[in-house]
Amino acid sequence: MRLSRWALIVVVLLVAAVVGVAYGTLRLTPLEVLHGALGTGSATQVVVVRQLRLPRVLLAALVGAGLGASGAALQGATRNGLAEPYLLGVSGGAAVGAVIAVALHAPAAVVPLAGLVGALAAVALSLVVARASGGQGDARVVLMAGVVVGAFANAAIMVALAGVDANAVRGALWWMMGSAADATWGQVRALAVYVAIGVGALLALARAIDLLALGEDAAAGMGVDVARVTLAVYVAGALLAAGTVAAAGLVGFVGLLVPHLARMAGARTHRSIIGAAALGGAALTVLADLVARVAHPPAELPLGAVTAILGVPFFLSRLRRLT
Amino acid sequence: MIAFHEVSVRYPRRGVPALDAVSLAAPRGALTAVVGPNGSGKSTLVRALVGRVPLASGRITVDDRSVDDAGRRALATRVAVVVQREEPAFPLRVHEYVALGRYPHLGLFRAPSRADRDAVMGALMRTGVVHLVDRSITELSGGEWQRVRLARAVAQGGDAIVLDEPTTFLDVGHEMGVFELMSRLAKEGRAVLLVSHQLNLVARFADHIVLLHRGEVAASGSPADVMQGAVLERVYEWPLVVTRDPAVGAPALVPLRAPSRD
Repeated sequence: MRLSRWALIVVVLLVAAVVGVAYGTLRLTPLEVLHGALGTGSATQVVVVRQLRLPRVLLAALVGAGLGASGAALQGATRNGLAEPYLLGVSGGAAVGAVIAVALHAPAAVVPLAGLVGALAAVALSLVVARASGGQGDARVVLMAGVVVGAFANAAIMVALAGVDANAVRGALWWMMGSAADATWGQVRALAVYVAIGVGALLALARAIDLLALGEDAAAGMGVDVARVTLAVYVAGALLAAGTVAAAGLVGFVGLLVPHLARMAGARTHRSIIGAAALGGAALTVLADLVARVAHPPAELPLGAVTAILGVPFFLSRLRRLT
Repeated sequence: MIAFHEVSVRYPRRGVPALDAVSLAAPRGALTAVVGPNGSGKSTLVRALVGRVPLASGRITVDDRSVDDAGRRALATRVAVVVQREEPAFPLRVHEYVALGRYPHLGLFRAPSRADRDAVMGALMRTGVVHLVDRSITELSGGEWQRVRLARAVAQGGDAIVLDEPTTFLDVGHEMGVFELMSRLAKEGRAVLLVSHQLNLVARFADHIVLLHRGEVAASGSPADVMQGAVLERVYEWPLVVTRDPAVGAPALVPLRAPSRD
């Protein structure tokens, strides 16, 4: 990918971040944003920037980066442009965990953790199912296992919701739709470490993903240990997705759409595609979070719904070029 | 250099083994060809070599060392394989694709050196695809794509090259070009192991032919030894005669029309 395109993505991300911090019920100028961040502005500005908006924007950026990188790696390793981060039952498993927590009247802080545990359990189950059927190194078997585990999880949610009161259902659904609203610095720090490790691992595997994208036999002939590398990509990609789910619920479409945008921008090898998808995913999610906040105040729209509403028309308009 | 010792492969839920105690050797400096009808085990041989199907028994060695001991990447620095089916999921430029052949030398982290770039350039020139470097691999014709795949294998380096049906879908000119290139690679000292359906071309180019039939070696030897009408007729289950090509004198197979039923 050309340097000018990289520069463009970084500029879009930075502008999105500044606008994301500036806009809201209290509107700030870029200069006020800077003063707020440095602690030299008015007390209100400092509180709004430092305590409310900056962690929120950073959390959204990290979620988007993780989803973008995860989607890019999984699309390459499965040789499938429809692959996305929630592939291995991550979304269904996370939802089951969250719904169980809500149904048991667990404190709000426990819900994301329960979601993470559910997501990890679903990933483990998908991989175990794929392995048991002897298809660990076969992307189609792994995809199918993930889809089936996800379907089972969805059925489990329906059953669970049938026995829970309406408010709890709403709470669980709301969490599932994704939001960066309650971001804290603690969350940002934890997710930053998590995303750095996950994206780093996927970037390290990028060359092998280039070969896997040619086909499993071809990759084996060029020296890739297919079973081990595919497992590493699935685990790293799915764990990255699960971490973002714990931080902000389910943010759909970013992980599916952004890798295609990265390839359209001229990224062809997976080191570029994963890197560009991480930056692009961050920018898109920050913008989507901004729309979620300012579109219909004082109510907030669910982040996952906004990303899909922004993403679907674009995806459809480019469908011909994607296939 | 590459040797199969009594190799057997069984696919699950199949009664008969895909390969049954197959032994063959592809020495340096020679073009060794594996021929046989569809389903005779030719491609299984290649998939077993790259570790994509487990061996039920026997072993495969490269210079007397088992391929399982060497590690996949170390093996790929010595043996380049062009598998039968390769369908890139996403477009790459030709130069990027050929550079992927250097993966076994680079691993996940090392940056390409001068030597790597030279190997890629040399491979592009040898296979006559330099003019395609900036094209997308999804926009190549069948003949161009096969030659670019050969370039990737040549860039991979090493002293053995294994090709599974490299001339499928190629016209006469491109097909001959590929066979000439393989012949040159063998003459330079590489071990070339070729899986092919093109009996007549194999009879002209190969130093040694192995004929597979239902997973077993039905015949093995020089083209003159293997190109025997009776053996080929039994293996291919079709009436045929083996004559001598009037132009070059090589044994040539001529399939006959089905016997009339009235």
